[in-house]
Amino acid sequence: MPRLLEGSIAVAQTVGRCRPDVIAAYPISPQTHIVEALSRAVCAGDLGDCQLLNVESEFAAMSACIGAAAVGARPYTATASQGLLYMSEALFNASGLGLPLVMTVANRAIGAPINIWNDHSDALSQRDSGWIQLFAESNQEAVDLHVQAYRLAETLSLPVMVCMDGFVLTHAHEPVEVPDAAAVDAFLPRVAPAQVLDPDAPQTIGAMVGPEAFTEVRYLMHHKQMAALDAIPQIAEEFAAAFGRDSGGLVRGYRLEGAETVVVAMGSVLGAIEEVVDELRDDGVPVGALALRCFRPTPAAELRAALAPARRVVVVEKAMSPGTGGIVGADVRRALDGCDTRVHDIIAGLGGRPITKASLRTLLARAREDRLGSLGFLDLDRDRVAAELARAGTPTAPGGHAAQALAAAGLWEEDA
Amino acid sequence: MTDEPRIRYAQVGTRAVGNRLLDPEQRALQSDPRRANAITSGHRACRGCGEALAARSVVDAAMAAAGGRVVAANATGCLEVFSTPYPESSWQLPWIHSVFANAPSVAAGMAAGLRAQGREDIRVLGQGGDGGTVDIGFACLSGMFERGDDVLFVCYDNGGYMNTGVQRSGATPPGASTTTTPAVPGRPGAELSQGKSAPLIAMAHEIPYVATATIADLHDLEAKVRRAMEIRGARYLHVLSTCPLGWGSDSALSVELARLAVETGLFPVFEARDGEVVDVTPIRRRRPVEDYLRPQRRFAHLFEPEPQRDVLDALQRRADRTIARFGLDRHA
Repeated sequence: MPRLLEGSIAVAQTVGRCRPDVIAAYPISPQTHIVEALSRAVCAGDLGDCQLLNVESEFAAMSACIGAAAVGARPYTATASQGLLYMSEALFNASGLGLPLVMTVANRAIGAPINIWNDHSDALSQRDSGWIQLFAESNQEAVDLHVQAYRLAETLSLPVMVCMDGFVLTHAHEPVEVPDAAAVDAFLPRVAPAQVLDPDAPQTIGAMVGPEAFTEVRYLMHHKQMAALDAIPQIAEEFAAAFGRDSGGLVRGYRLEGAETVVVAMGSVLGAIEEVVDELRDDGVPVGALALRCFRPTPAAELRAALAPARRVVVVEKAMSPGTGGIVGADVRRALDGCDTRVHDIIAGLGGRPITKASLRTLLARAREDRLGSLGFLDLDRDRVAAELARAGTPTAPGGHAAQALAAAGLWEEDA
Repeated sequence: MTDEPRIRYAQVGTRAVGNRLLDPEQRALQSDPRRANAITSGHRACRGCGEALAARSVVDAAMAAAGGRVVAANATGCLEVFSTPYPESSWQLPWIHSVFANAPSVAAGMAAGLRAQGREDIRVLGQGGDGGTVDIGFACLSGMFERGDDVLFVCYDNGGYMNTGVQRSGATPPGASTTTTPAVPGRPGAELSQGKSAPLIAMAHEIPYVATATIADLHDLEAKVRRAMEIRGARYLHVLSTCPLGWGSDSALSVELARLAVETGLFPVFEARDGEVVDVTPIRRRRPVEDYLRPQRRFAHLFEPEPQRDVLDALQRRADRTIARFGLDRHA
């Protein structure tokens, strides 16, 4: 039976049922409630011999998880934002070593300026780290993804990040069904690790590799990620069979049939997007939505299959690459290479700014009128930007890149 | 460990390998052909490398103390680079290298992972150079100490970033010339600062065991590893390890220079438990610091073209202070 639970508590209970051997974490909002709840469980003896390490940094947390995985233990950690960046070096190392790890990222903006609220800047900044990155749309899915993540990590011997929107999900109370303990045990049998530090069979992990083999090692990492594209939907299917819920997988389409415009997004914003899609469909507008549930590896074939029939794709993304634009949008464009479908990147919801249904409706109206550029910023306060540009005296040559970018950003705002 | 000899010594009848002319019970473990030989020959260390010698002694002693049930985490650095050029590895025990700064945390995770699995018979060793220990790895090390993780962490201190080309570290001795503290006229080389004593900082954590040792006394080094392995919790061993490349010294002098560092009072050899010094190795024959400095090119600018008396005096005062502080002079 679903129970009304805070997202963090539901995740903590689920992670506990995944029977981690070592939990190493460092406090950072909005991840704290997860680790606090797990700490209570460990100290109450609810998690058996699970070891809790209150480490001195996120870098140490990830490093301890690497050590724990290397001796065949099942580790867990959670972080967000600056914490994820602080462990970045160890993230690349964990994937390079091919260690099975699971980490929750309570997605949060990255400073400066410091901001504790939700966006996807943290996880997306680590897109090349070699971690699988799964995004939850709801707390139920966040819970379910953790069970699937351990299965995936241990099947392929690679690290998996479960991303859930900070505060929006972590601190939201929703009815959630925490997966049954016995069913989780059955879903997560202990498997012999691909590599383990064992005195009975000594091996060296983490040797120095030169030009003669480094490319091959990296290629094999890529190959494993490609294999994950097959494993992720298969595990989601098995999960659905065992727990009776559809969650996980690569992408999930919503009212795509005959859609001229498709909105692509990740995480909890899909809820608002789907409501707007329903309203527009009621008005006879052919729009649909596509939830990108797996950001890394990129499910290019699935994106193409779902999006190629559409006239246009509006990628609503909660992160950006300054000087370039959208991040998810770039992946979508690559997936649609050679198709006529136009792709519009809309940067939205940065640093916790709400993405309202009203803004989405306006956005989609402009999309239908073909008035979106390749890059736009939802609800950009143009007066504030203009005032700051004037105050700072930032040089903007007429007709130059910066001036054109301003025009492009203002294009669909001007006739609001 | 099996009784089958693992090693065939080429030299016989010398004092070179662990005093093999002594009675068997007095010999160093390194003289025992059945020792683990945890770092096999063929690695890429420089001739006269103090770190290779120190690490082999430490790991073999730890293996002997734990019945061969040891796993190791290594920081990035010379020891890691020279021992594991893919597809080769010198390590005869389970060994992992993650990144530069995190060896203490990886080791802590290993200890926790083993404990959770009820495999505490397997002991965890962490190791790194002075850069990986006293500089970039210091936060992880302090956290490991403070939590009391069941790890023996060993720092092989050669006083600089030798792997990257002899740059200054927090453990570079004052007055030493490095590629980032070059000796130019009017400057002493590395700053004449108060330095950074990792062993004393380790003691401030009141962990059960802290000791220093050098490659000049393998009996002492092995005994300290043995005693450290008798204890559970966070333990720290700081081993002065000569670096012919970085120090600009004759590779044949590696052991001798380590001995001179002790006999001049520049490197105190002691043992501490629960934050208190419980034993020191007294200086047998006290020597002026110049005897230690002169054979090393990194200190050559202190003598040529003109002796830098003020710097040499400062270094002598530093040695005198260390001798007084630890009570190293048996005749005092």
